[in-house]
Amino acid sequence: MNNALFSAALCAGSLVAGFVGSLTGLGGGVVIVPLLTIAFGVDMRYAIGASLISVIATSSGAASAYVREGFSNVRVGMLLEIATSLGALTGAAVAAYVPTAGLAILLGLVLLSSALMPGHIEEHKAPEPPDPDSLGVKWNLNSSFPGPHGMIPYNVRRVPLGFGIMGIAGLLSGLLGIGSGAVKVLAMDLAMKLPFKVSATTSNFMIGVTAAASAGVYLHRGYIDPGLAMPVTFGVVAGSYIGAKLLARAHVKQLRTLFRVVVLALGVEMIYNGVKGRV
Amino acid sequence: MPDFGTWSEQKMEAQMGLLLRTGVLASCAIMFAGAVLYLLRNGSERVSYAAFQGEPASLRNISGILREARLGGARGLIQVGVLVMIATPVMRVVFAVFGFARQKQWRFVLISLIVLGLLAFGLFGSK
Repeated sequence: MNNALFSAALCAGSLVAGFVGSLTGLGGGVVIVPLLTIAFGVDMRYAIGASLISVIATSSGAASAYVREGFSNVRVGMLLEIATSLGALTGAAVAAYVPTAGLAILLGLVLLSSALMPGHIEEHKAPEPPDPDSLGVKWNLNSSFPGPHGMIPYNVRRVPLGFGIMGIAGLLSGLLGIGSGAVKVLAMDLAMKLPFKVSATTSNFMIGVTAAASAGVYLHRGYIDPGLAMPVTFGVVAGSYIGAKLLARAHVKQLRTLFRVVVLALGVEMIYNGVKGRV
Repeated sequence: MPDFGTWSEQKMEAQMGLLLRTGVLASCAIMFAGAVLYLLRNGSERVSYAAFQGEPASLRNISGILREARLGGARGLIQVGVLVMIATPVMRVVFAVFGFARQKQWRFVLISLIVLGLLAFGLFGSK
């Protein structure tokens, strides 16, 4: 395929991924690597490099919209970024010694689990009672977020557990070039009991820093090709922007189900390719 | 319990948001300029990424990328955009160091510096 056509097709494919990812809230980053390897025949290492850059772009672009609403918790985010950055650096270092077939199988498993994850974690749970022994109080991590009738205070629970899960999120991000936003929400929502909106926006905020940690390593290793990073980034950024604009009006339920099926199929395909050694 | 005030915190978050948006826009603008050059010059070439060769040494580190771009290389120029994209969340952490310092939250100044150190290691320390 000639270069101009290839770039245009790649941009269009990434646009759809970014669009559906932001509309369904599942994130487009997780499907970029399978899209590049399965549909465009790109080597997995190049695909990981391009995906990382697009992950930074969407995280930073979307974070700027969220922070204006005052939802994210900068202190919690920064503390947990120690765990995600450490994980990401470790993942990027380990990835050099893992055959691409192994990475493909791991990515397939991540795709399967994100397709099967419950879509809506309860959005309106009761505020957690304060836990005076926790780091949340001692380190002033507790905060409040804007609700319909003024600011709603909340408390942070089980910081060490959240920190540990974040290390795993960072590890997966560094190994596979994905944002692993789902694992981050899991850590903050389920382990640390942050309100849904706070954990979603704070996790989005953190994705860029996590990806930047391993992007430097991958740049040095020659995984980031400008001819791939450029169309993928443009596509994903444009797609997630349009998706976010439409989010208020769209009926996303069927689309979310469809996207889950696609993610599931991509997961099976990645595992199959990995086992057959065709990556 | 010290009260740091919601206002200053929200102001810090708003400025961080502006910083991130500016970084993404700047990166995209540079990448776009590089993309125009790249596709005008190399648009009709055949490309394949099926076999991994790795980027040439000049596109793997900051000084090499800047040199390529100064010489008018389209791929080098796109790679400058990539560098700006990677630098954007790093700048947010730098900003947080100063923001927390202004709020005298020294524990979080230290936490931000640790994150910054890890990012710097990824960018400069890794091989």
